[in-house]
Amino acid sequence: MNNRRRSAKPALGRREFMGAGLAVAAGSAVSCSRSIEPGAGWRFFTAAEALAVEAICAQLIPADQDPGAREAGVVNFIDLQLSRRYKKHRGAYRQGIAAVDAAGRSKFGKPFVELTGERQIEVLNAVEEDSRPFFELILAHTRQGFYGDPRHGGNRNMASWKMVGLPYPPLRGREHYQG
Amino acid sequence: MALKHVNAVVVGAGAGGGVVAKELATAGLSVVLLERGRWYSAADCRKDDLFNQRTQVLGAKFGPDEERDPRVLVDESGREMVVSPSDGGYSNNAACVGGGTFSYGAMAWRYMEKDFRMRSTYGAVEDSTLDDWPIAYSDLEPYYEKAEWEMGVSGDDSGNPFKAPRRKPLPMPPLAPNREYEVLHPAARRLGLHPFDIPMLRNTVPYNGRRACMRCRWCVGFACELSARTGTHNTVIPAALATGNCELRTGCMTREILLDSRARATGVAYFDAGGRLQEQPAGLVIVSGGAIESARLLLNSKHRLFPNGLGNRNGWVGRNLQSHSYSGANGLFEFETFDDLGPGASVAICDYNHGNPGLAGGALLANEFIRLPYQFMALVPPWISRWGSEHKDFVRTAYRRTMVVMGPVQEMPMFDARVQLDPKVKDYWGIPVARLSGTRHPHTIEVGRFIASKAEAWLKEAGAVETWKRVPSKSLSGGQHQAGTCRMGNDPQTSVVDASCRIHDVDNVYVIDASVHPTNGGFNPGLTILANAYRASGALLQAWKGKVRL
Repeated sequence: MNNRRRSAKPALGRREFMGAGLAVAAGSAVSCSRSIEPGAGWRFFTAAEALAVEAICAQLIPADQDPGAREAGVVNFIDLQLSRRYKKHRGAYRQGIAAVDAAGRSKFGKPFVELTGERQIEVLNAVEEDSRPFFELILAHTRQGFYGDPRHGGNRNMASWKMVGLPYPPLRGREHYQG
Repeated sequence: MALKHVNAVVVGAGAGGGVVAKELATAGLSVVLLERGRWYSAADCRKDDLFNQRTQVLGAKFGPDEERDPRVLVDESGREMVVSPSDGGYSNNAACVGGGTFSYGAMAWRYMEKDFRMRSTYGAVEDSTLDDWPIAYSDLEPYYEKAEWEMGVSGDDSGNPFKAPRRKPLPMPPLAPNREYEVLHPAARRLGLHPFDIPMLRNTVPYNGRRACMRCRWCVGFACELSARTGTHNTVIPAALATGNCELRTGCMTREILLDSRARATGVAYFDAGGRLQEQPAGLVIVSGGAIESARLLLNSKHRLFPNGLGNRNGWVGRNLQSHSYSGANGLFEFETFDDLGPGASVAICDYNHGNPGLAGGALLANEFIRLPYQFMALVPPWISRWGSEHKDFVRTAYRRTMVVMGPVQEMPMFDARVQLDPKVKDYWGIPVARLSGTRHPHTIEVGRFIASKAEAWLKEAGAVETWKRVPSKSLSGGQHQAGTCRMGNDPQTSVVDASCRIHDVDNVYVIDASVHPTNGGFNPGLTILANAYRASGALLQAWKGKVRL
């Protein structure tokens, strides 16, 4: 068989490639707690929104012995898709993020990103009740960005696929990767 | 300006239309095959777990177009929404050469004898238009065989004592058992059930010049990169083109069937790939667009004699939309059940298709196709938190230790589950779109609960430490197994086409796809659509030869 697709690197279009590269670069600069640097070139989010979304995602799929949504760059997936397939959800995000911050301020007097993990979970429990549509939206997108193909901007280094023990790269059929 | 006249124009290159085009072209008729989608090849196999025909969160890879083809859905509470192909409730089936058969899982079931005689077997069911087919299993048997051998089916149903009689065995052996098979097969035996190898339109050995399945994990919903999985796109459609009598035109959206003063079809009007309106004159028109689009095309073809749409004198076009109400259970095991061997689905039972106490019909039960990590989201049980550490930990620990057993529950047809034309919304070409409304019959849900309990029992016997059921909702059923909207019957008062699939009172227009199924069996419908297309093509050719000197 040919070697054309034996590489683990998913096929990326130019725009996707640039987007993914950006996030990887940002991520590698601060490897442990934060993958976002202020001023990074987001497509839709403001820098503050990106931080908020990243913090929400990090509670929806937290890091443990395996990377979580933050480490897997899920916010990059969401930002990318909000400029593509999920354009129609832009308003929902803008309002939803504001609602999460408002909930943080009214409960604990601080925006979401400044709260402790415990308090963030408490705020998200309230958001799940009070802003159900936005919560469902960001939960679905977080799962997609974490468990879906890295070509869409998330699941950095195939973190979730490694977590479930799936042989990778999952590009060819069994006879190829058994070869 | 009209194009060159042909003997037949076939609208839709899916399961039904592909077979018809090949049968007519082989018999010497000139055929134009119109398909609104594209002709994808095995090389279009982008293995994208979020953008394919099975998981459509980032779009339906094999159509229809997300922007150009809206529908209107009226939900149970009467709320109207404009929906796109990848939205839930759209009832999407692929729009491409091969139709659903291009990216399906390829189970190749024969319906059982009772599936053609549901009304006679179970009597009237309140609030359902349940009826018999105008043909019997024995009428279709030779054509099931033709489909199995001409296109190529693998499997082994010799262990299924409930199957209808067949003259020939399947032409190819089944794949070697995967781990789920090794666990579920003996468990079914211990329960006194009758497990066997699922028949599939899938090469397990080289057949018809195509290779054998390599058992990758990118199966249902994806293009088969080896073309080992069999659809009309890699069998009958190339055969039709090879005769030199058939021309395939892709990217062509049919607007209406053209009719003369006596409501005899003279051809179709369609928008070509460049958006230009074309008229294709033809002696025969065959509608094979799938249950929703076929009904829509008839409703959009109005005439003085058919003011409410062609064949719709009695208001039956678009009625009885049905599909399958998948029901079953998920099971969690203490040992690994995931072996990463495609297609995954391997073992089935037909013990519960019929003869269930107090119930009309039932379903086959089989293990589910192989799952990608994102698809596992649907398998997390309701008692696990939907987010946070607990959810993630469940995915990590259970991904390789979970099995799904489920089956396509045969639905009780509902007169009010229907396709109409929306009075306001039009598609990209300005054609009124399908408006879907209605619900499932309560008995369908009752059968679903029963089937789910049987799936649960099978999983428990196989060693599941936890099980949780999947039961159908009340909402309208359509999707890939859509059927029923142009019912086949002998009485023009209560059906749209006759037993030969010709529209009552119209000489030369046929509907040949799952639209004509009065009921849809407790099985995936693919092979039945193919077999019926072979049968109807035969009848059509007979009628043609009787009228025309060749």
